[in-house]
Formats: sequence, structure tokens, C-alpha cells
Amino acid sequence: MTKTSLPRVFRSFPGLLGATALGLLATASGQALAADPIKIGVIAEAQAIAGASIPQAAQMAADEINAKGGVDGRKIEIVTYDNHSSSADSVRAFQRAVNEDKVNIVIASYISEVVLALEPWASRLKTPFITPGAASNEISKSVHNDYEKNKYTFHGYLTSAALALSVCDAAKELLVEQKNMKTAVIMSEDAAWTKPLDVGYEECLPKIGLKVIDHIRFSPDTTDFTPIFNKIEGTKPDVMITGISHVGVQPTVQWKNQQVPIPMFGISSQATNSTFGKDTNDASNGVLYQGVSGTGVAVTEKSVPFADGFNKRFGNFPSYAGYTAYDEVYYIADAVKRAGSTDADKLVDALEKTDWVGTIGRVQFYGKDDPFTHSIKYGKGLITGLMLQWQDGKQVAVWPKEVAKGQLKFPSFIKVTSN
Amino acid sequence: MLAFQILIDGFAISALYALGATGFTLIFGVSGVLNLSHGAIMVLAAVAAWAAASVLHVDTYTGALIGVAVALVAAFATYFAVVQPIQKSTRIPNEEKEIFVLTGTLLWGIMIQELIAYFFTNNAKTVLPIIEGVIDILGVRTPRNEIFTAVVCCLVIALLWLMVNRTRTGKAVLAASMNPRGVTLLGLELGSIYVVVWAIYGILAGIAGVLLGMFLGVSSYSVGPLTASAFSIVVLGGLGSVSGSLIAAFVVGYLETLTAYLISPAYRTIPALLLLVAVMYVRPQGLLGRR
Repeated sequence: MTKTSLPRVFRSFPGLLGATALGLLATASGQALAADPIKIGVIAEAQAIAGASIPQAAQMAADEINAKGGVDGRKIEIVTYDNHSSSADSVRAFQRAVNEDKVNIVIASYISEVVLALEPWASRLKTPFITPGAASNEISKSVHNDYEKNKYTFHGYLTSAALALSVCDAAKELLVEQKNMKTAVIMSEDAAWTKPLDVGYEECLPKIGLKVIDHIRFSPDTTDFTPIFNKIEGTKPDVMITGISHVGVQPTVQWKNQQVPIPMFGISSQATNSTFGKDTNDASNGVLYQGVSGTGVAVTEKSVPFADGFNKRFGNFPSYAGYTAYDEVYYIADAVKRAGSTDADKLVDALEKTDWVGTIGRVQFYGKDDPFTHSIKYGKGLITGLMLQWQDGKQVAVWPKEVAKGQLKFPSFIKVTSN
Repeated sequence: MLAFQILIDGFAISALYALGATGFTLIFGVSGVLNLSHGAIMVLAAVAAWAAASVLHVDTYTGALIGVAVALVAAFATYFAVVQPIQKSTRIPNEEKEIFVLTGTLLWGIMIQELIAYFFTNNAKTVLPIIEGVIDILGVRTPRNEIFTAVVCCLVIALLWLMVNRTRTGKAVLAASMNPRGVTLLGLELGSIYVVVWAIYGILAGIAGVLLGMFLGVSSYSVGPLTASAFSIVVLGGLGSVSGSLIAAFVVGYLETLTAYLISPAYRTIPALLLLVAVMYVRPQGLLGRR
């Protein structure tokens, strides 16, 4: 694995200094190449828990494929870049990956803002590109709106619209049917991915029987959530439907410390990390979050072996984007095999025909005529997502029934309507 | 009900701001150093307390003490590795030393921030509260630890006041802040006074950091905002004036809390910054500043 990163200092001198250093490094790594491997560039947030799993999982998949002889004799080589959660660093890394390191395809980022910044570069440099974790609807809408130009981008994770549907499907069974809940407040951070998510929530929650009585959007920089919880409590909802990713630890800890008596249910990306319990000193107990995977949950027969293998190798369980990145390397390899080439346009054609059972379900992409072109399909038999709950310091699947390992369980300060 | 809520929450956050800013302003008052690695040292203390408790499995009190100890070491490291070499350098012209110290401590802070992100990721960490549970004060459900935070902050500030006004060492520190040359003429070693001040600073920043980690939680992203908030409180109160900083901390704390409750949490910091700009126009030396 060629490990390169753009140190923060260089960001202040983005011109000559960075370019020179990068050029030197690139030459060094360029000379070390074996003959004609399939090169996958992986640009990710190495310092964030969600992002750190991306290059690790990709490397694991590549090693497994290579151990079995590679793709038609060609090895897979992963070239990683740390983007420091910055769009500017990501764009530089993308340019370098394509122009200097000559990668065939790029896997990048779990942050929608970063992915939206990379999308035009995938088009300009005609390099296929898949995100393992961003959610904004705009990613695949752009592909739909200008297919010829943007067809190089693939959305290897659920769109915000699909995430909202997944949350509503779970809420219908768990909250409305089982707990007789009737009202909800939407609580989401102000970011690109939550705009379509909130639209989705507003639309699907009333349909399943949860009346939305308030909608609170807050800055992702928020550190003190007391006023927000206070306002929500004032409207007396049965549940808070969350859309949080940049924040997670702080609202959860304050929710517990202040004993806010309303359950949290929805998207809480940080809660998908296996370290979330430790990071919050177990304040996470009771938090319900949507996921495409979970430790010990056999979504497919590949899920558990992957998570266990990852834990054995890296000492922690993969984040949600780790599962998708692992699958991506596999279906990229599959696409190269079917295309018989790493030519960008042929690879795009082959990727469009993907039908791959990975760790998160059966992966297929929406076509040219669907509104979310190149996003993974949502639905029964494909990918439906899961609802999990932190219980006694562990992540327990509670929905859908086929994979559920436990019932809902809340800390004593939570007042659940039908309990 | 809302009024009490604002009163209680505002007090806790203001007391924490006050504690954080006191050490910062003390160092400026005594040695003219604006330590821009302040936020990094606070976050380091909180992360150390978290790591001690969840990685080394020590109890909450020991964890908190380890956090404060780490901040003390970091404060000394800042002084001996960054500030003192610049102050003693013969190659840096005296009039440029302040700007060198500013840049040096800023870079030092970024280094600490990056190290924290590298070893502990940039996801937020929280320190386990020393006291769990909530109590009802005038109809407001208040975490016991929030009260604990406010009490500790006030106690520590009171102790500092006693030390500065009632002990020999404290009086020397006070004298050094008024007239450094006069202190040396009295035969006191200015260098050892600086060491004392940095020790006090390390302990104050450490306690503030650990309490912040319990109250709200911190991440490596908090470094910049924490330095900025201490800086604006100190400028508002008057550079180098400890009592000015205390008043400013409560003004900023309550202004933020009022905004968060009555307008929107999204605009929390804006009115305090506007006030800072206004004060700079009308009274550039700050509320209680002497220069």
C-alpha cells in the first residue's frame, strides 16, 4: 500500500511547496510499481472514525482478491490519500491520483460536500469514482441530469431519500405499531446530506402515522445541545427523529446527562462506530440508529466474516463506510473482469450492470432513466438497511425481523408512550 | 421556567469560560505572552482524562487528575520549548518577539491538535461526570455535574484570588504584572515568577478542559474555537485584567445562552462577537483594561 498524505502545513502554502513535494513523492511511488496492476485510489478521512475504515477495508478486499490470483492475473493495488476531511485536499488528491499515480478508479470519502466537489473532477478527468458513504441526493441527481458528462460517478451508499425511507420503514413497525407513538420532532444538523433527508422525513413520517410537530436544524459546530433539547421537550413529542453525522458523541452524552426523556431514533452516523459506546462513556445506551450493517449481524453470509476479519487485522470493527468500501473493491474487480479492461468508459458500462451480493446486501445501480442514476438500489431483496440500538454497551439489531437480535430497550429516564 | 433555565445554564457555561480565560489573561498580564495554544492544552487535558478512564480504566477522579497533570506538563512544555527560547533569543529583535511568540504558540497548538486527531481521531470525546444524575432546581431539570462544574470553577477562582492577594508568591506575581522592572529591583527572580505563572496557568487550563469534557465534550475541532473564545473574552475584559476577564466571561456566557434559547442555537456566538467589535470601537482597552 502506498501511503501518502497532504500535511496540514501545506494547506497554507497550496502552491509551489505542496506541488513540489507531491511531485517528488509521486515519482518515488511510481517507480515501485509492479507490471500492470489494477490501481484503485482511495481518498478518505484518515482522522475520522467513519473515514479511517475506508482505506483499511479496501486494502483488505484487495489482499483477499490478490491472494486468490487477482483479476485475470492482474493484482489490485490500493493507493491511499488522507484528505483531512477537506474538499480542497480531496480535489488535489484526486488530481494527483489520476495524473501522477495513474489510478484506474477512485473510491472516496463519506462526506457529501467532499463527494460533490470531486464529482466534476471525475467528469473532467474521465475517471470512474465511487463514494462509500456520502448520502446527498445531489450526487446521483447530477448523473441523471447530465448523464454523458457525469456518468463516471457512482453512489455506493444509500441516498438521503432512501435513508429517510429506511428510517420510516423501521419506525412504522418499531414505534407506531409496537409502541403506539404518534408525534415526532425532526432534529438534524445543517449539512448537504440532511436537506434531502429532511424532505424525505417530512414526507414519509406522516404517512406511517407520526405527526411532525417541529423541525429543528442546527449548526454542525454546535457543542451545547441543552437549548435544543429544551425546545424539543417543550413540544412534548413521542420521539426525536435524528439526522446527525458530523455531531453524535456530544448530543448523546448531553441527552443522557440531562436525562431528556424522549428516545432518539434515525440516522446517527457516529453511533454506527463500534467505539461510540466508549467515546460516550456508555451514554449511547438506548440510542436507535439506522445502518446498512452491524457487528454480528448477518445481513448476508459475507457480513460477519468481513467484520471479524477486519477486527482481527485492525483491532476495531469497521465503520459503515468500511463495509461499503470493502464491497466496492470486490464489485470493481468484478466489473474489470466483465469489461476485460480498465478503460474508463468500458468500466462504467460494466459497473452499471453490477449485480453483486456484498456485505450490506445485493448491490445494483439505478439506471440512466431513474432519478437517482448510479445510486445503489433500495428495497426488499436488495438493500433495506437495518435499525440497531445501543444496549448495555453493545450494538443490537432490532429491525427488520429477519436479522433482529433483540427488542427495544430504553434507559430508565426515557418515557416511552405505551410502556 | 425558561428564565430559570437560562439563569442556570448561563451560569455554568460562564463559570467555565471564566476559569478558562483566567489563566490565559494571567500569563499575558505577567509576561506579555498571548498563548494561542490555549485551546489545544484544554482539549489535551480533556482527552487525557478520557483516555485514562476508558483506555487505562482508572476511576473518574484519577482520570480527572491525570488530565490536569497532563495540562500542567503541556503548559511547561509550551513555556520551555516555545516561549522561553523566543524570549531569550538574541537573533530575534525585541520588538518582533511578541509576534514570534504568537506564531510559535499558534503552531504549537496546531501540532498538539494534529497529534490528538492522529492518535485519538477527530471524533468528540467526553469525560465521565464525577457526579451523575439530575436534580430539580425551581422546575429546571439540572444535571448534578453542571452544578459541580460551576462550584469547582468558582472555588478555583476564589483560591486563585486568595493566593494572589494573601501569599508571598502570589504577591510577587501580582507585582510582576504591575511592574516587572520594579520586581527585579526588589531582588526577585522574574524567571521563577514566570515558572509559577505557567504552573498556575497549566492547572487552570487543565481543570477547565476536564470540566468542559464532562459538561459538553471536546474534539480536536474544539481547539480553534476554544482559543478564540478565551481570546475574545480576554480582549473584551481588557488584556491582562483578571477581574475584567471574569466579568467578560459572564457577559459572553449569558449573551450566548440568551441567544441560543431566545433566538436560535445556530446564532449562539454572533451577538458576543458583535459586542466585542462594538467595545473595540468605543473602548479599545476593554472593559477593565489599563492600556
